[in-house]
Amino acid sequence: MRPTRQTLSGWGNHPRVPCAVYAPDRAARLSALVSQDVEHALIARGLGRSYGDAATNHDAGVVDCTGLDRFIAFDESTGTLTAEAGVSYADLIDVLLPRGWFPLVTPGTKFVTLGGAIAADVHGKNHHRDGSFNACVESFTLLTPTGELLDCSRGSNADVFWATLGGMGLTGFIQAATIKLRRVKSPYMNVTTTRVKNLDAMLDHFTKTDHDFTYSVAWIDCLAKGAALGRGVVLQGEHAEPESGRNTLPRKRSKTVPFDFPGFALNPLSVRAFNGLYYATHGSGAAREDINTYFYPLDTVHHWNRIYGRRGFVQYQPVFPQCDGDQGVRAVIEKLVDAKRSSFLAVLKQMGGHEAGPLGFPMKGLTLAVDLPRAPGIEAFLSELDRLVLEHGGRVYLAKDGSMSADTFRQMYPRLDEFKAVKERLDPQGVLSSDQSRRLGITEQA
Amino acid sequence: MTQNPRNAEQVLITGATSGIARAIAGMYAKRGVGRLILAGRDTEALEQDAANLRTRHNAEVEVCKFDASQPETCGVLQNGLEQIDVAVLCHGVMLGNEQAITDPDAHRGMIAVNYTSYTLLAEKLAGIMIGASGGVIAVLSSVAGDRGRGTNYCYGATKAALTAYADGLRGRMHGTGVHVVTVKPGPVRTAMTAGMDGYEKMADPDQVAKQIVKAIDRRKDILYTPGKWRWIMAIIRAIPETIFKRLTI
Ligand SMILES: Cc1cc2nc3c(=O)[nH]c(=O)nc-3n(C[C@H](O)[C@H](O)[C@H](O)COP(=O)(O)OP(=O)(O)OC[C@H]3O[C@@H](n4cnc5c(N)ncnc54)[C@H](O)[C@@H]3O)c2cc1C
Ligand SMILES: NC(=O)c1ccc[n+]([C@@H]2O[C@H](COP(=O)([O-])OP(=O)(O)OC[C@H]3O[C@@H](n4cnc5c(N)ncnc54)[C@H](OP(=O)(O)O)[C@@H]3O)[C@@H](O)[C@H]2O)c1
Repeated sequence: MRPTRQTLSGWGNHPRVPCAVYAPDRAARLSALVSQDVEHALIARGLGRSYGDAATNHDAGVVDCTGLDRFIAFDESTGTLTAEAGVSYADLIDVLLPRGWFPLVTPGTKFVTLGGAIAADVHGKNHHRDGSFNACVESFTLLTPTGELLDCSRGSNADVFWATLGGMGLTGFIQAATIKLRRVKSPYMNVTTTRVKNLDAMLDHFTKTDHDFTYSVAWIDCLAKGAALGRGVVLQGEHAEPESGRNTLPRKRSKTVPFDFPGFALNPLSVRAFNGLYYATHGSGAAREDINTYFYPLDTVHHWNRIYGRRGFVQYQPVFPQCDGDQGVRAVIEKLVDAKRSSFLAVLKQMGGHEAGPLGFPMKGLTLAVDLPRAPGIEAFLSELDRLVLEHGGRVYLAKDGSMSADTFRQMYPRLDEFKAVKERLDPQGVLSSDQSRRLGITEQA
Repeated sequence: MTQNPRNAEQVLITGATSGIARAIAGMYAKRGVGRLILAGRDTEALEQDAANLRTRHNAEVEVCKFDASQPETCGVLQNGLEQIDVAVLCHGVMLGNEQAITDPDAHRGMIAVNYTSYTLLAEKLAGIMIGASGGVIAVLSSVAGDRGRGTNYCYGATKAALTAYADGLRGRMHGTGVHVVTVKPGPVRTAMTAGMDGYEKMADPDQVAKQIVKAIDRRKDILYTPGKWRWIMAIIRAIPETIFKRLTI
């Protein structure tokens, strides 16, 4: 198979690196590619919605898996879908929501593939209750770098199953997966909105109410200081019953950001205005919202990442253990305020303690996600944040990471050796690596 | 046959594993035709595509083995084609000049797939459709057939032959209820063009498929897709040969 030379980046638009991109259009051609002697490293790629360098490979191979987009079987009685790994959430929802099925766990965008969802073991607004994506994964087939096709589940090849969930594409190519969906009665949500005045109150609110809701997430005003630090709006949701007249999704016109915004468009002032306005306009109350508005508010604007301009941006997402309370979150927000690094979007959520693989991200506690433009000095600032997160016993999410050092990573992910043992067994020649895996020291430098 | 291709009951697609054909098949399956036949040589992949369309759309899909390099096996397809309303012929191969020139067998193979097989199949289909008093045959030719270019003329010549053939068949069929659409795509992002310069910027197969199905519905004669290629090719054809021969396009 001939590769195409392409410049790729993650969703954060940085760094942009030249890659040799292979695009198999069927499973047999993926197998043929893996068996063919490719002289450089390979890494799988889905829709490129990871923010950093997890799905790029400087001067090496990237395997675009979006051509593996077939549904294989769907059992209407149990809501069990078997599909190829390149099927996207958007596609899945398009076909199955009208039949009353919705993914059990969904990230904040529909433009991710099942392969990407497994490789990052993504979490959603229901993590406190249902856990991350692995909770709905019954099994998958993994094409290993030696060309073997492994059936992986909790019962067979269990170590490979767990290493692949969260393994960022380093154990093999996920070819197809069998997942369980959730039965929903309508494409609408009942959403309860609560305005909360600071971080203490936020934590209190989570503790008292999260168990009553399937979904819960808070938007935080990252610019509020002092007694108001951590103020925000909690959005808690439940799938709604059908209502007369409104049981299909409203048609939305999607918009596209056609070019990179100039660097000054998103300055501290505009961000402050946005944050203040969001807080002011979201009062407490209950409302009925369609599924797209509730789960995928950003998806209606294609390429919204361009508003950060050519320099790109980072998303920084740490999780802190429950024993740390809100200390880690507080420390990070304070540091953002001090450094005048404005965040357009900050999200806080309580995570549950569920089973995860050796490179799994979630832990019982609080997770915060902030967007930061790539302004000068960002790298140094991010390593300061990393240090803070380590001090508070937390870790940073690999699907968002683009800057952590190998040393930090090793401390944050204590089960690394367990992962490496599986990886080395499946990939003795070291065929699979990415820019991220080399930076983090999971695989060797080329 | 219904005179209106929008209400086609039975649709045949050849080269059904192709990037463009898969997108077309998806559209017909979604529309809900009574019988969709996917023909091609990689039956394993075709079975996967058929399962996909059944799972997504509850479509009635059949798989049929068809190797266009063996024109005589085109006959296999003829059984059961009596009711076909719409046939979309998509199979094709593209060899670089280099390979075509140095490997006569491969060159002959390309001609068989891109041209000879089309004539055998289309004649047969046309005959059946006349009997049933109507039908549409869409033929996937290419902008490459509009003018021989130094960089890709061996492939281009097979498509030029196919264009002339399809245009002629349309003329002969005029008044019979049978219609032929000559489809000329510009570069499209599929397995055929993978690895070529500008691949990321090429047209999306879904977009091209949409225009092809629309052209069939409307019984259009010639379709350039995406539409801008109609103008680009008009310009390219207008360049005097004394200048054109010096261009490396
Ligand atoms: C707006 C937005 C909101 C988001 N919200 C959330 C959220 O709420 N929760 C959350 O957890 N994440 C979230 N994410 C991150 C996103 O869900 C993950 O990064 C996901 O992995 C992206 O999937 P993808 O298909 O785009 O994969 P890519 O970004 O292309 O790849 C990600 C990783 O998956 C691997 N991979 C992809 N396909 C395969 C395959 N077939 N086989 C093996 N490995 C493969 C790649 O090698 C890479 O390591 C969000 C991202 C965006 C842009
Ligand atoms: N892509 C473009 O830029 C472009 C531009 C203009 C015109 N076209 C034309 O559009 C059509 C579809 O092409 P595509 O771009 O979708 O390319 P593609 O994905 O490479 O598809 C080519 C198709 O032809 C089939 N085929 C090749 N040899 C065959 C044989 N001997 N017998 C039966 N089937 C055979 C292939 O089957 P296998 O899957 O078994 O290989 C495949 O289904 C072709 O006729 C092509 O010439 C394409």
